Amino acid sequence: MSTNSELDFTVDKAAKTVIIKREFDADLSLVWDAFTKAELLDQWLPPKPMTAKTKYQDFKVGGKRFYAMITPEGKELWAIQEYTSITPKTNFKMYNAFADKDENPELPGSEWDHTFSEHDGTTEVNITIYNESLERLERILDGFTKGMKMSLSNLENLLATLSKK
Amino acid sequence: MHIYLQPNGFLNKLLQMRRDIFQAIADPTRRAIIALIALQAMTPNAIAENFNTTRQAVSKHLRILTECELVKQESHGREIYYSLEIEKMKEIDKWLEQYRKIWESRFTQLDELLLNIKKQKK
Repeated sequence: MSTNSELDFTVDKAAKTVIIKREFDADLSLVWDAFTKAELLDQWLPPKPMTAKTKYQDFKVGGKRFYAMITPEGKELWAIQEYTSITPKTNFKMYNAFADKDENPELPGSEWDHTFSEHDGTTEVNITIYNESLERLERILDGFTKGMKMSLSNLENLLATLSKK
Repeated sequence: MHIYLQPNGFLNKLLQMRRDIFQAIADPTRRAIIALIALQAMTPNAIAENFNTTRQAVSKHLRILTECELVKQESHGREIYYSLEIEKMKEIDKWLEQYRKIWESRFTQLDELLLNIKKQKK
């Protein structure tokens, strides 16, 4: 099997859009499930060492997924995804926003558009993410790297304490 | 105690700096100013001629860009010329590269997951 699938990743700063394209060595229905079923999403979406948990998911137009990314220190970063359009095994759109643990969204969020197509047993996925602000785009990354930053800051504090002795 | 061991000092500076850069490029006029002075160093008056806005508004944008250390000033005689800090612009690309890496790593995780599911089905 091919393992060297190229990731196409472009950022259009003026259009405030991130465009992502990638092929997967699996059939369409399996890849569709991996992107739309919470129990599968929780397994691959959080970049290590983070983990994820979904509190609930209702995959239908107007339905939501309420989930958290969890840092190695156990801090939970909650987000809500609301499905705005679904064409089974072809396309789905959602609105993603950070939230607190009580499901209060922090607006503005970002608009996600996923398109799926199959060619000879491989499935191509195209994702566009539109962000109201580049600043928010930065915060998404901040969320992902928070775990690492916290570890670094713990280390800094530890070193500072030790150096006082 | 060494200065770089002060709690959070260095990290906070790093985070603050990055936030500032993104504030700087979040504004369309400031992005246009960056594009202009990327080509050549310019005086505030010469920059202002390219915009339908007041000289004061352009000065304010230049001040923000200077505070974010995205542009630098140089005096030639009585004129002040603004030019781009190329190294700082690279910070933005570095940041975007991190974002790309996150997608690479999560898609590698997805490859493994898809492979495992296919094996289980057999």
